[in-house]
Parts: sequence; C-alpha cells; structure tokens
Amino acid sequence: MPEACGAKRGVAEISAGERGTLDSAFWCELWSFREAFRVLVWRAVRVRYKQTAVGIAWVVLRPLMLVAVLTLIFGVLAGLRETGPTPYTLLVLGGVLGWQFFSLVLTEAANSLVANAQIIGKVYCPRVLFPASVLAAGMLDLLLTLLIFVPLMLWYGFLPGWQVLLLPLGLVLLAAMTLGAGLWAAALNVRYRDFGILIPFVLQLGFFVSPVAYPLSVVPVAWQWLYELNPMVGVLELLRWCLLGGDIAGLSVAVAWSVVFALVALVSGLRYFHRAERDFADIV
Amino acid sequence: MANVIETDGLGKRYVIGASMAQRSGLRELLASPLRALKGRGTSAGDNVHWALRDVSLRVGEGERIGLIGRNGAGKSTLLKLLARITHPTTGRIRIAGRVASLLEVGTGFHPELSGRENIYLNAALLGMSARDVARRFDAIVAFAEIGRYLDTAVKHYSSGMYMRLAFAVAAHVETDILLVDEVLAVGDANFQRKCLNAMGDAAAAGRTVVLVSHRMNAITSLCDRVVMLSEGSVVLDSRDVRHAVRQYLVRDDDALRGAWYAAADAPARDGVRLLAFYISDADGRPVEGVRANDDDSLINVEFELKSVDSALKLGYALYADSGELLYWSFCKDGPASDWPTLKRGRNVLSSALPKRLLNEGEYRLELIAGFHYRSWIAQPDHDAPSIVLEIQGGLSDSPLWLERRAGLLAPDLPWACREP
Repeated sequence: MPEACGAKRGVAEISAGERGTLDSAFWCELWSFREAFRVLVWRAVRVRYKQTAVGIAWVVLRPLMLVAVLTLIFGVLAGLRETGPTPYTLLVLGGVLGWQFFSLVLTEAANSLVANAQIIGKVYCPRVLFPASVLAAGMLDLLLTLLIFVPLMLWYGFLPGWQVLLLPLGLVLLAAMTLGAGLWAAALNVRYRDFGILIPFVLQLGFFVSPVAYPLSVVPVAWQWLYELNPMVGVLELLRWCLLGGDIAGLSVAVAWSVVFALVALVSGLRYFHRAERDFADIV
Repeated sequence: MANVIETDGLGKRYVIGASMAQRSGLRELLASPLRALKGRGTSAGDNVHWALRDVSLRVGEGERIGLIGRNGAGKSTLLKLLARITHPTTGRIRIAGRVASLLEVGTGFHPELSGRENIYLNAALLGMSARDVARRFDAIVAFAEIGRYLDTAVKHYSSGMYMRLAFAVAAHVETDILLVDEVLAVGDANFQRKCLNAMGDAAAAGRTVVLVSHRMNAITSLCDRVVMLSEGSVVLDSRDVRHAVRQYLVRDDDALRGAWYAAADAPARDGVRLLAFYISDADGRPVEGVRANDDDSLINVEFELKSVDSALKLGYALYADSGELLYWSFCKDGPASDWPTLKRGRNVLSSALPKRLLNEGEYRLELIAGFHYRSWIAQPDHDAPSIVLEIQGGLSDSPLWLERRAGLLAPDLPWACREP
C-alpha cells in the first residue's frame, strides 16, 4: 500500500459537497498516520494503569476476580459445575476473556471521541484512529490475560487440543465485531450522548444473555435458535471451543451468524463513521 | 511561484442556539432515524450563523500571511478549515504539502504522561515520524528549556513550561505549511521573541506560514502579506503590510480619529460609565487632526462615577503605527498624595502629552480603565476605545534637525558640556 499511496501524497482536495467514501485516498491517509496510531495505542496502555498501585497487574486481576465470583455463584451455588467434563472455572474464564474485551473496548470506544475532544478540535487526523487505538490496546490486554490459562490448565491437568491453533481466527472475529459496534457507538455518541448512558445498560443485559458464565449447552435445545440470535453467542462459543474443545458442529450456525453480523457491523460502521467524521469537531 | 493553498467560495455555517440541543437528543433519532443519521437535521427554523462566507484565496509557496480581524471575524474558522479540522459548508480547498497546525498549545498533551512521552505523542499527532522525533529530540528539549523536568508528568508543569514544550514540538515539525493561531499571546517576552524567531526561521526555510494574531507587532515583523477578515469575508488583501495594519487599527472606531464618544445609552460597568476619550489643546478644547510635536496637548478621559472606589485606575496606552506598545500611563502612577481626587458624578481626567518625545507619524491611544487587580472596564488590546494621534512638525528648534528621523521616538534631550 505505501508505494501506491506515494503519488497521491501531499495534495489534499476538500470540497463541501463531497460524500465521505471509503476510497483509496481514505486508506492511504490512514496508512500515513500509522505513527500517530502507534503512539495513541501506547498512550492508552500507559495511561490506563498509571498512578495505580498494582499497575499492569490489573489486566490479570480483573478477569480473575470476576471468574472467582462467577465460579462461586453460578458454579457452586447454582450448581452449574456439573455440566460436563471441562472444569467449570476454565469454562467461565473462556467466556469472561471475550466478554470483558468486548464490553471494555465498546465502552471506551464509545467514549473515545468525546474524551479526545480537545485533540479533535485542534488537530486533524483520521478520527478512526481513536476507537481503533482503544481496540488495539484492548487486544494487548486480552493477549496478556490469555496467559492466565497456562497455570490454571496445569492445575486442572487440562490440555488444549489442536483447535487452539485456530484461536487467532476467533480473536479476529471478536475484534471485527467489537470494532464494528465501537465505530457505530463512537460516532453516535458524539451527536447523541444518550448512547453513553445506554451502552453500559445494554452490556449489563448482554452479560446475562450471552454464554459468559455458562456454556451454550445449558440453554434448552428448543430455545437455542432464539438465544443464538444474539451475535455474541457465536463469537464467545468459538473462542471457548478454541481453548477448551467440545462440539463444534452444533456451533456452526451461531458462528456463521456471528461472522455475517460482524462483517456487516464493521463495514457499515466504518462507512457511517467516515461520513459523520467531518462534523465531529463542530459538535463534539 | 506555485500555489500551495487555494480556496474557492469557501463558507462555513454553524447551527447555533436551542435547536442544537434538540438535535443532539435521541428523541430526534427515534422520530426520524434516516434524516438524523444522515446529519440533515437542519430545518428552516434553525438559527444559523455564517462564520465564513465566500472566501477565495491563493497562497503561494513561501508566503507568510497574517490573518487579522476583530474577534468573530472568522480568522480561526478559516484556519480550522485549512487545517482540515472542520469541513466547509460551501466551496472547496486545495492544499499541496504537509500541514502542521498550532491552533492551541498543548494539543494532544496528556497530563499523566511525562514531558518526554508527550513530545512523542504530540509530534506523532502533528505528523512526525518516530525517527524524525528522535533526531530532533535534543533540539526540542533545548528549545523548551525544560531540562531536568523531562521525565516529570506534565500535570506538574507550570503553564509556562507546558507552553514552551508545546511550541518547541510544533516548531520542530518539518512541514510545508504552518498554521499558527495566537500562540504568541501567552508566555513571557523572552519566549515570545523565541517563538517569533522560530517562525521567522520556518519562513526563511521556505515554509508557508499563516499566522492569526491580534498583535500587529508580530504581523508586521513576520508577514509579507496581510488578509483582513470582517464578518466572515475578506475585506482587504494586501502585500503592503504596514499600510494594511494601519488601516486595521484605524478602522476600529470608524470615522472617529482624534476623539471617541460613548453611545448615549452606553451602560455603566461596575458603577463607571465612560463618556469620552479625546485629545485637546491646553485649555481642554477638543482638537481634531494633526498636532505639532511642540504643541501643548492633553489626553482627556471623561467618565461618570456612581460611587468612588479607591481601586479605580484610569489611563491610556500609546502604540506606534506598527502596533508596538510604547508605554502605559495611569492617573495613579505618582505617590498616593499626588493622585487626582475623583468625585461622584462627572469627572474629566487630563494628562499632558509629553512634548518632543514622539516622532512624526501616526500613533494610537487606547483608553485603559479598571479596578486594580480586580476587573477591567476597558481592557487594552481587547475592548478599549481607541483614538488616533497624528504628529507633524515641531520636532525641534535646531537648524540642523529639520526632518523626520528614524526610530519610534524622536526625543529632544538636554545636552551639556561639563568640565572633564
């Protein structure tokens, strides 16, 4: 891409009537801001845990605490522990990883333009950088969190199968879904701050209607088709399968629906975001 | 000379007032989702304001343009459009080359990060690569004079340090076009000079500079072309910078030159109502037009007091033709025992203009009024009434000194020969 962009570099044409399209100029410009993107990601990582006592350990502590509570409540008290051969703690961790990434990144992405209003009003850069840098920083966190699996699996004497090699694909699907939703949320939140209030609430509901604290198999078969309309079901179950194995055939419809949903969300989100971004500085 | 910036029929409209609040609610989105998502929520009843209207400019490579105009004339909007921060409502812009905009210092600084980290962050946002930053890092630090605070979080910086660091980064970004808005308005005199030099260097290196400033000094010393905006339109575009600046300064209060009178219904501020500001002869009769340098002239301020407040201070600022401030003078500059006694009701304060101090030419006087360390009534460089004084002749009684001399001042000072 860098070579193809060379010729266009340097001359910018802006006209009032043009509609923001995702043409080569858009991608070239994005490429030319890669350094700013790198620094924004790095800033997000640095700032998040600055002036905290445990620092980067929060990345691991947060999911661990959630897993502990969920194991206690859903596993021990509600008796979900006896659902299958896989240790319940690992099942929950497999769900928590993806869900926490989704909810943290979506919340931060929705807020990313408002939080950077000062930069947006004073410097030009493709505004996509802000939600995208939140996503990248979240992904770094997620990769760190994956390390928790190593001691836990050793403890339970549980070895992942060959399907763990497909984990990167699962993560790409998760990232696409999250970025698609995040782009819509960020662009809408600039104009309608209502989304800043709505999103935490939706995420709270989503936690219960997604297979986070329990596996899909707990849902009665007759109702699974309805349950699987939630596009997060496919992603989360795919990630869980990559890490812990299980029945993939039964997941195919849910995963396919997730892939379609993620692609539509990503492409439409990018288009809407790009079309709306010219006004961000005026209304943010 | 190739054009690096071209604009045609550029306009920017803002929607203001209550309609904006309605527009940003979810209710409208639910009511008419398609229209709202397309951002076409502007209906006929909206209160619109054209910040910029039909601006067509051609800027050649290496030109140094000064954008001047009153507050709200559209200078900053034009700069924001050129910097691509906002999108035009009408017209088009074509820009050849990389643009760095310095619309406000400290853009993109994060308070929790150290000075060092913020240099990288800021430079990247201004379009500099990590390699370039590394290469110029020492120069940036030296320019900013932050030395040992380099690894301190910038939230602990003084505002001066913060500013210096921000300008240092911007000054070291290698771009073809530099857009600067009022950066020089803050910082001490020493730093301001440094900024001016840095911008001069940028210009000397062939970079195109567009500078927005209220400081006519900066404009005259840096720019080779002046574009004056008024109510969103270009009203003057001239390469005769001194002439343009003079026009800007004089335009201020329309036809009134040697005298300023408040409108009949002008309100009182904090119990003080300014009535008039004018030049008079020794007997207090207002005079219009040219004064000789050895005429007896008084600077007069007429005002009405609701009550007497000891903190009230009145005076004037004297500016040279080029916009440089020559001095401030207040009625309370002497020892307290010599201060004029003000009374409730109407007062006229007069001060003799020093004879044979100024040079031939035009000067501008600005009325300053305020409560010491409390508040302004008329703030210099902001909303103060100003008048113009023109001096011709009367420079000296010497047969050897007949013409205007170089210099802002032309004082006739006493000389004597004393025993060696």
